Formats: sequence, structure tokens, C-alpha cells
Amino acid sequence: MSLLHLAIVLPFLAAVFIPFLFKGLRNIHTGWFVLLVPLLLFIYFVQYLPVTRDGETVTKTLEWIPSLGINFIAHVDGLGLLFAMLITGIGALVVLYSIYYLAKEKEALHNFYVYLLMFMGAMLGVVLSDNLIVLYMFWEFTSISSFLLIGYWYDRERSRYGAQKSMLITVFGGLSMLGGIVLLYLMGNTFSIQELIGLSDVLITDPLFIPALILILLGAFTKSAQFPFHIWLPDAMEAPTPVSAYLHSATMVKAGIYLVARMSPVFAESGLWLWLVAGFGIFTLFWGSFNAVKQTDLKAILAYSTISQLGLIMSLLGVGAAALHYDYLDDNIYMVATIAAVFHLINHATFKGSLFMMAGIVDHETGTRDIRKLGGLVNLMPITFTIAIIGSFSMAGLPPFNGFLSKEMFLTGMLSVLELDLFNLNTWGILFPVIAWIASVFTFVYSLKLVFKTFLGKPQFDQLPKKPHEAPIGMLISPLVLISMVVLFGFFPNLLSNSMIKPAVEAILPSLVDAGQEVDVHIYFWHGFQPELFMTLGIILFGIVLYSTLAKWQGVYNRIPERFTLNGLYDRGLARSESGGYRLTSGVMTGFMRTYLVYIFSFFTAILLSTLIIKEGIVYDTSGLAAIQSYEVILALVLVAGAVTILFAKSRLTSIVALGVVGYSVALFFVLFRAPDLALTQLVIETVTVALFLLCFYHLPEISRKEERMRFRFGNAVLSVLVGATMTLIALSAFSQRSDESISQYHIDNVYELAAGGNMVNVILVDFRGFDTLFEICVLGVGALGIYAMVRYRTARSENE
Amino acid sequence: MKKTNDLILQTVTKVISFIIILFSIHLFFAGHYTPGGGFIGGLMTAAALVLLLLAYDIKTLDKILPFDYKLMTAAGLLIAVLTAAGSLLFNVPFFTHAYDYFDLPLLGETSLHTAVLFDIGVYMVVIGITMTIIQTIGESE
Repeated sequence: MSLLHLAIVLPFLAAVFIPFLFKGLRNIHTGWFVLLVPLLLFIYFVQYLPVTRDGETVTKTLEWIPSLGINFIAHVDGLGLLFAMLITGIGALVVLYSIYYLAKEKEALHNFYVYLLMFMGAMLGVVLSDNLIVLYMFWEFTSISSFLLIGYWYDRERSRYGAQKSMLITVFGGLSMLGGIVLLYLMGNTFSIQELIGLSDVLITDPLFIPALILILLGAFTKSAQFPFHIWLPDAMEAPTPVSAYLHSATMVKAGIYLVARMSPVFAESGLWLWLVAGFGIFTLFWGSFNAVKQTDLKAILAYSTISQLGLIMSLLGVGAAALHYDYLDDNIYMVATIAAVFHLINHATFKGSLFMMAGIVDHETGTRDIRKLGGLVNLMPITFTIAIIGSFSMAGLPPFNGFLSKEMFLTGMLSVLELDLFNLNTWGILFPVIAWIASVFTFVYSLKLVFKTFLGKPQFDQLPKKPHEAPIGMLISPLVLISMVVLFGFFPNLLSNSMIKPAVEAILPSLVDAGQEVDVHIYFWHGFQPELFMTLGIILFGIVLYSTLAKWQGVYNRIPERFTLNGLYDRGLARSESGGYRLTSGVMTGFMRTYLVYIFSFFTAILLSTLIIKEGIVYDTSGLAAIQSYEVILALVLVAGAVTILFAKSRLTSIVALGVVGYSVALFFVLFRAPDLALTQLVIETVTVALFLLCFYHLPEISRKEERMRFRFGNAVLSVLVGATMTLIALSAFSQRSDESISQYHIDNVYELAAGGNMVNVILVDFRGFDTLFEICVLGVGALGIYAMVRYRTARSENE
Repeated sequence: MKKTNDLILQTVTKVISFIIILFSIHLFFAGHYTPGGGFIGGLMTAAALVLLLLAYDIKTLDKILPFDYKLMTAAGLLIAVLTAAGSLLFNVPFFTHAYDYFDLPLLGETSLHTAVLFDIGVYMVVIGITMTIIQTIGESE
């Protein structure tokens, strides 16, 4: 286990100690201990910067399940490192902010920080794993920790609703992605992303390529809240603000972007990829910014704004894929889209992170986030206002902040589509710059609304639940750090160019690097009188006009009836599937064990018997059988007698005892055939089951305790005979046609060699097939907990009534 | 429940249950070379506890052995998973067992095997779940 692996799992390890620190040291805010983790990790990852700057990568392998091709391969390249630094850097700031945001006296901090650390580790795992299965595992961890964090205030109905919604949508996407990963494995016979990239020429001709592409994109789109899956993100705003700033703007929602960037070398040659990624991205950009304008909750504006900005980055990645088709150009103008995507990714994390923290401060100090109640805070909260105005202007794409630079590059990237002559882009490509421009106008409008409606205008402090004042200094540090980066990157963008942007772009477009192209990152303010400049001027002009006439055209938003919105669709779909599921189960579930056994056994015989007959598997061959001994006949007779007694038993107690007879006779058979382990297990199991039965018997309802004869049911009789016949046929046929050597010889040969054991059965259980045992005891544990919960629930309910 | 005359059962149980538990521990340790192992050992111990339960009652058992069997299940699972994951620390795949021979006082040359650790997990889970189920159903009256 290398230091790199340890760094990835460090947050998980640290999470173990959080509850103890919380319980043990109540007068120190738990956040101070947590803060050490992202700080340490950030310093650790900074050390990799010189490595990736020189175009090197670091790969460390930890064999996990090598027989299935699943190894924990940590791979650090420009892209992974960029994300790792975002995760740990913003993570440290968010933890610092949360120390002042969440009071240690009232909040369940041990839960909060355990979930947060779990998320941090999972996210690091996602961006640094080369193995797709490991990536998937961490991916689902982020969904689960996001679910837990959104539902952190679980006594609020909206929190639970938001948590469930995000879980359902992102896990749906995650499962689709798993399907895509399996398809990739079928095509390329490897789970390693780097190996798949090497195979991309072969993969593209495979018939499974398109389904795999769509499934992987489903995963990315749901996670990154792309239209039409964006509906979970606004509801996720029920989480505490530090969480929104961290998960739902800076890191987790960017996992989808990461996946698209990471898988670009595998898929991007395909025109479908370009169209889907760029198309959904640009539409999400528009839809998010259009909807952000109508919101009145600060965090809701920011949520829709995040959706829109994610769409922006997504569309840039899609358009950037076009560069691959021009690897012969000296000056590859399509590369600018990918560079802009990476640059904007960093910028978005800085300005959106600070804006979320600003919203949290406003909420914390005034008690509301509703901009209809806010206004005129500028005199009371001058520092927060500064943060807000720099952040929003950067978001709106105004100079001299970093958002302006990446917005200009975005426009350049979209304009470059006009010159493409691939995949029908020469006809439909004009839509890209047009939609981009319209969306940017709306972005400008909501950015103005965000800061002006909150801080300027008429003060109405009497409407606020709290008397507003400036936040404590601790809460201001984190947004101030972020906002100073907004300014710093605005004036000195080339601080990032070679150290972070270039290595990341090279990781997204490796085939261009192989083709000898230079990734040339030059970011500057003044491009001359180019179309981009006029577009920006137009955005500002139209934006101001739209903002000042907002009251007149706001009615547009009410035109869309609630029935047809995606949220309405989701709610109704959920309600339908719940009621449908309820109707189905209440139709099938009678509450009688015997009915369920009928289902199980009919299915069982139908499948097995039909397979046996269709495959002509019924063979009977007596050669190689040992002679039947007289005591075996006697034992068999006892067994049959026991079984028949159950049928005709008049009381339950008799049937239980008769069933015991059957079990013990089977155990005796094991003894005869020299399987002491099996015999021992069977005997003990039989004993414990009879005891359990007696316990249950005592609890059975009064009416059934009367001695009664079961009615004879013809259907059940036929079924039971069929089950018996199927089992007998399978046993006989399996014995009669051995195609391969028996595996027992392997175990006999290796039991001492490989496992240093003498008892084969036990060595198989704990060593050769230890995975089976591990999963079995897991299932057993879950089963026991299930019984406990159900019985307790019933008891508790009857006590309440 | 009515007062029943189970003096013989109770007296016998007092002695027998110890023998069964000792035997189950023997089975557990013998498992690697001769019949036995964590699963059977656990079941056998559980059977001894069930016998105690039948002879006396749940409250008495709770007084004799005040375990939370749910916790025991969880602890067992944790031991099993950690044993399997521990191999990762030594740069070998998940679930690689290690063993060696040691010269221990009293026991002489003994082989120590990480599989035993895993088996302890199995042993605890088996006792834990059996007793959780029986106790839950038994207490729900």
C-alpha cells in the first residue's frame, strides 16, 4: 500500500475517530480536527504539481481482486491532480467555514463530519482511480454521502424529499454507468481507463460502442445535473450551506464533468459523443440560466446558476472533442474549447464557492434567504457585499475577474463551431454561439439580481427574523480566500496555464499530444476587436435592459403549467410507481407462507424442468455406483416414513418432530458417506431449528393451535410431486454425466500446499472460497437485523395502539 | 407460562452446557486440520445457549451472559472484513491469508494462520445472528 493509496483513504480512516472526538472533547469544535485532513492532503497533492507539469504521470497499483481484473490503481495525471487539489483545497476552506456556520452546542457534528469526510475520500477515489470498477464504487459512495448530507436535518420534510430525489436520480445514473463499464469490459477486456484509451480505435467499430457511450453519459449527466436530470440539484439545497458550497457546486456535481473529460479519449472520436455532450451541455446552460432569473431564494438562484455553468463546461468539453479530427493542423483552434473548459472549471469553483458562502452568511445573519425580504444590506455587511459583487461580476463575465477570461474563451470556443465541417455541424452549428449568447444574457441578469436585490435597494429590516450584522471573522476567511483567487486569477491567469491547465488538457486530449501537437495555453484580456468582444458588449447591454424591465416580462415564467414541468413529472412518476408497487404486492402477498412457497416452487420447477427437457439433459447411468447396503435401505425407509408422517400428522408438534426425524436421518447419511463436517453441521442446525420452531410454535395464533386437518389441495400435491421429481432428476442426471474431472482432486492436492490446512471443507470455507463465506455472513447478518427490526417494529406499534 | 417441573432439565443443563461450549471451542480450533471450524463451532455454542434458554428463560440467560448479540454480529463482520482487508497493507491482494510456524511456550511448535482470525469473525456472526433471532422472537410475547 503506497502513500498515494493511503492519501486517498485517509478521510475514511479519519472518519472513524470523529464520533470519539465529538463525544470526548465537547468544548472544542470537532471541525478543527477535521480541518487537518484536507490541509494535509492538499499539501501532499501540491507536491505532485512539478511531476504533472513535466507531462509525467504517477501510477501505483494495489492488487485487490486480481482474478477479476479489479485492482486499486491510483493514477495521478494533470486532470486527476487538478480535481484532487480542488477537492482538498475547497474542502479545507469549507470545513473552516462550517466551524463557524454550525454551532457545536446544537448540531450533530459527529454525523456531519463523518459524512463530509466520507464524501471527501470518495471523491478523491473517483478522480484518482484508473480502474473503472473502483471508480464506480467511489462514485456511489459520493451519491450516498450526498444523500446523507442533504438529509442532514432529517426532521425537515423538504430535506428528506431532496435527499431521496438526489439519491434516486444519481443512483439511476450510477447504475447506467455500471452497465456502460461492463459493456466496455466486454469490448476491451479490461477495466483500466488507460488501457481502454489505447484501444479506442478498435472500440469505435464495436456494435456495443454506442450503447456503452450512452450509458456512461447517463451517469455523467445525472451526476452533473444536466437537463433533464437537473431537477435534483435545486432540492439538494436543503443541505447546510457548507455542503451546498462543497458538494453541490465545487466538487461532486463536477464528477460528471470529470467522467466526460476522463472518458473523452475513449469516446470522443465519435460524432454522437460530440453532439450529445455539446448539445445537452448548451441546452442545460440556457435552461439553467433562464430558470435562475425567476428564483427568489438566494440558494435556488445559485443552484440553477450551477446547473447552467455545469452545462457550459459540458458543452465546451463536447466541442473540444472536435480538435481530435484536426490533429494535422499547426494551430488547432478547436483546442481552445477544452482549455476553456478546464479554466472555467477552476474559476467556477472559486466564484461559485464564495457566492454560496456569501448566501450562507446572509442566511445566518439575517435569518432568511428570500430576496423579496432582503435589501439594503450593503451598509451593514460591507465585506459580504464585496464578496458578493466580485463573485457575481465574475460569474456574469465582467472584467477584470477570472470569469471574464473564461467566458471570452467560451465564446471563442462556441464560435469555432461555425468553421467545423463535421457531423452536419456546418448547418446546425450556428445554434451553438446563438444559444450561448442568449444564455449569457440571462446569466448576466441573474448575477445582477443576486447582488443588487440583496444588498442594494430599500432596507426592510423589520421583515427579517434576525437583526442583521456583519458575520464573524472566521466565517469570512474562506469566502475571502476564494474571492481573492477570483481577482488573482483574473489578473494573472497564466499562473495556472502551465502548472495546472496544460497538464489537464493533455490528459483530456492525449492523442493530440501523441500526434506531436503542442498544447499552448495563453490567456489574455485583450484580443483586439474580435466577435467575442462585441458579444460581451451585447450581453452587458441586453442584460441591463432585461434587468431593468424584469417586472414587465417576468410573467413569462407563469406560462408553463405545473403539470408539464419536469418536477411535476418526477413527483407523479414517483407516486404512480409507489401506488402501482403497492397494488402489485397487495395482490400477490397473502401473508401466508404456503402461498409464497407455491410461487417459489412453481417458478423453480418450471425453470429447471423445462431446461432439463429442452436441453435433453435427462440421463440415467448406473455404472460407477457403489452397491446399496442394507442399513442404507433402513435409513432411507426411516426418512420416507418421517416425511410421510408430516403429511398425515394431526398436530403441529407431531409434524415438527417428524421433520426433525427427516433432518437427523439425512445427517446419518452424511456420517455413512464419511462427511463428518456436513453431518455435524446438519445435526446442530437441526437442533437449533427445532428449538426455534418450538419457540415460534408457542407464538402462533390461538386458532391454529387447535388440532385441525389441513384440507387436501390437489394443486399443491401436484406441485410437491413435481418439485421432488425435478430434484431427483437433476441429482441423477448430474451424477450420470460428468463432463470434467472432479474438482475435489485439486483441493486434495493443494489443501496443504497453498493453505497449510488439513481439513478441506474448512479451508474451502475460509480460504479458497472465502469471498463466498464473507458474503454469506453478511447476508446472515442483514437477515438477523431484518428480523429484529420487523419484530421490534410490530411490538412497538402494538404498544402504541 | 405455568410453573412446570423441569428440575432434571435445569440440573443437567448446568453441567452439559459447559461441556457443549468447551466442545464447540475445541471444534473451532480443530477446524483447520480435523472436522470443525467457525461455522460449526458457532452453531454449537449457540445450541448450548439455546439449551440454557429452554431450561431457564431469557431473563436468566441475559443475566448470565449479558451480551448484545447484534453488536456481536457487527463485531464479527468487522473482524472478518478487516482480516480480509489487512492483506492489502502488505501489498498482496484482498483476502490473501498468511501463516507460519512458531515455537510457543507450553504448546510447542504451533502453526498460526490468519484464517483463524477470519474464522473468529464467522464464529461470532453465527452466534450473534442465531441468538438475535431467537431472543427477538422470544421476547416479543
